Amino acid sequence: MIRHLLSAADLDAPTATLVLDTAAELAGLAGRSVKKLPTLRGRTMVNLFYEDSTRTRISFEAAAKRLSADVITFSAKGSSVSKGESLKDTALTLQSMGADAVVIRHSASGAPYQLAGWIDGSVVNAGDGTHEHPTQALLDAYTMRSRLGRLSGLTVAIVGDVLHSRVARSNVLLLNTLGANVTLVGPPTLLPVGVDSWPVKTSYDLDAVLPTADVVMMLRVQRERMDDAFFPSQREYSRRYGLDAARMRRLPDHAIVMHPGPMNRGMEIAAEVADSPRSTIVEQVANGVSVRMAVLYLLLGGLS
Amino acid sequence: MAYPPAVEAGGKQAAGKAVITGPDLTRIVDRMAHQILEKTDGARDCVLLGIPTRGVPLAHRLAGRIHAFEGVRVPAGALDITLYRDDLRLRGARAVGHTDLPPGGIDGLRVILVDDVLFSGRTVRAALDALKDLGRPRAVQLAVLVDRGHRELPIRADYVGKNIPTALSEQVRVRLTETDGTDEVRLEATA
Repeated sequence: MIRHLLSAADLDAPTATLVLDTAAELAGLAGRSVKKLPTLRGRTMVNLFYEDSTRTRISFEAAAKRLSADVITFSAKGSSVSKGESLKDTALTLQSMGADAVVIRHSASGAPYQLAGWIDGSVVNAGDGTHEHPTQALLDAYTMRSRLGRLSGLTVAIVGDVLHSRVARSNVLLLNTLGANVTLVGPPTLLPVGVDSWPVKTSYDLDAVLPTADVVMMLRVQRERMDDAFFPSQREYSRRYGLDAARMRRLPDHAIVMHPGPMNRGMEIAAEVADSPRSTIVEQVANGVSVRMAVLYLLLGGLS
Repeated sequence: MAYPPAVEAGGKQAAGKAVITGPDLTRIVDRMAHQILEKTDGARDCVLLGIPTRGVPLAHRLAGRIHAFEGVRVPAGALDITLYRDDLRLRGARAVGHTDLPPGGIDGLRVILVDDVLFSGRTVRAALDALKDLGRPRAVQLAVLVDRGHRELPIRADYVGKNIPTALSEQVRVRLTETDGTDEVRLEATA
């Protein structure tokens, strides 16, 4: 097993499958009366969050606690970061406190790679800028596999703000490793430059893609990262790239609708789609805990 | 599961000496099934939980023989102990096996743990810890195909297929038809 999880590209097909299989076994824990395993007793995991997050932070915390690891949560607000402490100095502090794993979210792409060079413990990338979010890709793959039975040969449409989406990047890498076919759909301004060198197809027309998709993954429009006008108006974006009930009917019967959250209801996804039986949005959150337990176990469960 | 792991599938066939062969192994399992029936009042309120890998097919065989002898259906399942091992830090992270409990759980039942080889006793200790998190059985018993000695913990088996005195330098390799294509127990010198 690898020492850090920085990018979905760190995982080859057997390792990624091992993570998903381990997560499937660990998922049984959620149904038990004692939701706790002694596996990581005495290990310390630090949640180092420089950006806001609900789902991911809580999910990692729950995963670590279910494996009996000690969790220290750090958020940039209310810490010495507001006094101007650098990432390196914070890292050295964590290092001297003996963190076995550091889960980092940072607005700068590549921050986890820097961190991995400074500390001895394992580093897990929980989202760095517009770069990657590998555990989200793993939980998405897990959700697809548990709903549709397989990953190889699936057609996955990733729709919307691909440009700012670390979820999309990690999903493209992982799904490609596991044999699924990815189509990126969005307005030309929100597809990254150089996307033609990625192992994907691209389209500007959502309606044309839907009838052959097994999975539609809607991305949040990340207005906080937009310093420019990428589309004329919200209304126009929603008309062309939003998933509403009429569009959902174009999907094959077995197809599922995913969203990494948080959603802008009425923007990229209509409320009735988000709450429909095809939607896996709530499932994704539950699966996130199992997948992160699997990652922490495989990174920390072995040699100390 | 034996400690160290008993068998890699497809290992060398010729090494060491055979201590139990096919028909003997069947007779031993038959005898253990009878002993379980005798000691548990006809296998009432029992559940057989095999410890992966080779404890699981053994548990199913015992359940099958108990049914053949007295017509009692004893549920057989699997109890994976990987996440409860005390040597995780000493070796690499291992793949997690499958735990398969009867639908009603194990509360109030007599759980019979089934494993292929009893050695240090650490696997059984881990299994007891795992059981504690899964429910509250009325009693826990242990059935092993081979007891090779060298206990490191105060643990003993209730049902023993065969006591095989060994040196620490030897390995007991159990092969079962379900997992390895043949029934056999061999004693091998560690390389």
